[in-house]
Amino acid sequence: MNISRRTMLHGTGLGAAAMLLAPGGALAAAHGGGDVTIAYHVNLPSWDPTVGLSAVNPTIQTFYQTVFDQPITQNPDLSFSPGLLTGWGWNDDRTEIWMDVREGVKWHDGSDFTAEDVAWSLRRAGNAETGNPMQFLWSKVTDYTVSGNRVTGKVAAYEPTFFKWLSFLTGYFLPKAYFEKVGADGFEKAAIGTGPYMVEQFERNAFVRLKRNPNYWGPKPAFETVVFKFVTDASARVAEVESGQSDVTLEIPYQEYDRLKGKQGLAGVTTPVSDIGMIFLNDIEVMTDPNVRKAAAHAINKKAIVDRLLRGYGVPIDTLQAPEYAAFDASIQVAYDPEAAKALLARSGYSTDNPVRFRIQTTRGFKPKDYEMVQAIVGMWRKVGIEAEIEVYEIAKHYELRATDTLAPAAFYNWGNSIGDPSTSTGFAMFGPSPHSVWDGQDLIEMIGPLWGEADEAKRIAGYRAVDRHIAENAYVIPLLQYVQPIVHSDKVSVATHVSGALLPQTIKPA
Amino acid sequence: MNRSMLLRRLLQAIPTLFGVSVVVFVLVRVVPGNPIAMMLPPGATAADMERLRVAYGLDGSIVEQYVIWLGQALTGAFGTSISLRQDVLELVLGRLPATLELALFATVLAVTIGVLATMLGSLYRGRWPETLIDTINGFTLAVPDFIWALALILLFGVVLPILPISGRINPRLGTEFLTGFYLLEALLTGRFTVLGDLLRHIIMPSIALALPLAAIITRVLKNSLAEAMVQDYVMIARVKGFSRWRIIWQEALRNAAIPALTLTGVQFTFLVGGTVLVEKIFSYPGIGNMAIDAVTNRDLPLIQGLILCFAVIFITVNLLVDLSYALLNPRLRS
Repeated sequence: MNISRRTMLHGTGLGAAAMLLAPGGALAAAHGGGDVTIAYHVNLPSWDPTVGLSAVNPTIQTFYQTVFDQPITQNPDLSFSPGLLTGWGWNDDRTEIWMDVREGVKWHDGSDFTAEDVAWSLRRAGNAETGNPMQFLWSKVTDYTVSGNRVTGKVAAYEPTFFKWLSFLTGYFLPKAYFEKVGADGFEKAAIGTGPYMVEQFERNAFVRLKRNPNYWGPKPAFETVVFKFVTDASARVAEVESGQSDVTLEIPYQEYDRLKGKQGLAGVTTPVSDIGMIFLNDIEVMTDPNVRKAAAHAINKKAIVDRLLRGYGVPIDTLQAPEYAAFDASIQVAYDPEAAKALLARSGYSTDNPVRFRIQTTRGFKPKDYEMVQAIVGMWRKVGIEAEIEVYEIAKHYELRATDTLAPAAFYNWGNSIGDPSTSTGFAMFGPSPHSVWDGQDLIEMIGPLWGEADEAKRIAGYRAVDRHIAENAYVIPLLQYVQPIVHSDKVSVATHVSGALLPQTIKPA
Repeated sequence: MNRSMLLRRLLQAIPTLFGVSVVVFVLVRVVPGNPIAMMLPPGATAADMERLRVAYGLDGSIVEQYVIWLGQALTGAFGTSISLRQDVLELVLGRLPATLELALFATVLAVTIGVLATMLGSLYRGRWPETLIDTINGFTLAVPDFIWALALILLFGVVLPILPISGRINPRLGTEFLTGFYLLEALLTGRFTVLGDLLRHIIMPSIALALPLAAIITRVLKNSLAEAMVQDYVMIARVKGFSRWRIIWQEALRNAAIPALTLTGVQFTFLVGGTVLVEKIFSYPGIGNMAIDAVTNRDLPLIQGLILCFAVIFITVNLLVDLSYALLNPRLRS
């Protein structure tokens, strides 16, 4: 056969066009056919859920909870129920803990999940050399022993939230024998857990394909295969779900959520999540004046911010506790009262003609409408006699400034608390010695200090409510709102929301 | 370029890389943002913070840290990524092929578009096709690559959903590769279904990257071609009765190509830099996408590794451009 250059070029061109336009699985998110595709908003950096930066990143827990299971299951409303542990607790004098390990559970390689795995995982978590960022917490229990399916440990320092953390950050069980065989690097390349889905293929920064675990001890997930595409750009996520290339996506702008949920073939769900927006006040410069702080708090119309900037997707709050948290107290309220704000400022000699001046720091685009919210707040403040200068910074700088207690007098930030415990919100954010706090008042140190190790749970929660009331009365911080998570999905699937913000594929079902 | 010149150029790269490493090392440590502060969990104390600083080797002075890093880098150990907990060199080399494939594909596309547009413009000089090409060129030049990326997603991903929006390959294909050069490997191993899927994924990001570059190439090539067209050898070709197409293609273009080639070489390195945004928008798993995560997480070892990688690409491409001059212009071979 004689092939001329012209024929060759012609054929190559047609072939390329055919390859490009051939109907491929690439464009079809095959819902209902045994698989589901999720356009997820963050990358998964690492498969070890107990060490490194990703271990303490709440948005990544979705993957870990799906593959590794939770020792104690956190329900969608943040309550707890048995997971890999069927029972747990302290002895009467709080000197020991006990945990009953679920029987009949298999690791993804088919080996048995045992009590020895649990003891080994907790010893490893408490060992400073392994790099667990929450080692300080796990090291509060030592000397684990195994007897049958029961694991016991000695309490070195009583930590009331110990078991709550077994449902969240870094508190996962890993397979002792497998990990020791393959090492940390090998585990990173081929991670196994006990969860409802197993890792089938992982392409860093691109996707992870999960396969249903046939030996799962809990309810069987509806879909055989789950693909998480890591689509970190919000516009691309919108396009993914709008074009049908993904079945589910989340964390998109609220205006896009409103537009997409009304489109044929798509639906939407929202839920308030364990993440709040707040303004840190640093006890420096004018913020040492209680009149200024209280005026700043009273001058903010939170409902207007939620309604006008967030299209109603937010819940105004007056303490650092969201309604789903254990120490939420609806009776603690800080009213929007611009006249009271003016009167308070007048007591310190400030007015609209002679405003009090300070800086407020904020991120821009890190959270929905963060900069716009601060702009609106500055506008509200201006009307009562506060002139605030906005400084935009990167989130990395916020962490550095907060850790070194050098934030501006006011700084906008968001604060997550997926275990819903007051120690994680009010405790760490407002306890002076904590590197997370920039308010150093002795009154709060004395109020919060005894609560860290309080063994009586009711007393502990009541104590935090009293702290929250004291903080609100003195305006040591300005809580603004609880965020709402938007999820858009194909109408061929149904998606269950979770207050922690996790999007768990095992809860996605055909509609 | 003879062998000694080549060796000299390679030796010149050493101080360049050293300088880059010093500047980058200092810069990433003086810009705001502390990776340890970012990874502090609730409940951590100042002592925990210090323990993490020691664990990640961030407790010494910048000079001490640099000396340790340089000593390790000279043995090929560029440290461990703070956020990804993997060897930096392994991570960078694992991702580099994706970016190189994308950048090369985009460059080929840009050169093809640029040469075709120049040829058409020159063939129809002073007539409406040239005006049309100039207008389109000006528009293409004015729009940055990430805007093209979003426009392409809207057009071919949503309105006419014929191309995949994100990723490098369909996750459902379940294909394994021996190398990171998926396109090349799929082609050489005859996996044409996979090749088609890879092409579908690469086409939009590469067009987004190629369009602004194509506009620059067109502008430079068109100007140098106009200069070449008034040279004596072109006049002789005209006198000989050659067609306008043949004069442009066989006589003028080769000489006119040298400035455009220089520009393409330089622009290629910028194009590799430009992949940062485009890769993010298309969720394309290359070093650009990884660079954004590294900067966001203040992953200092990874940022250093990536910038050094960009520097090596820059030096290599410039060297290749110099070598290609010699191929195009025999007078430079000596």
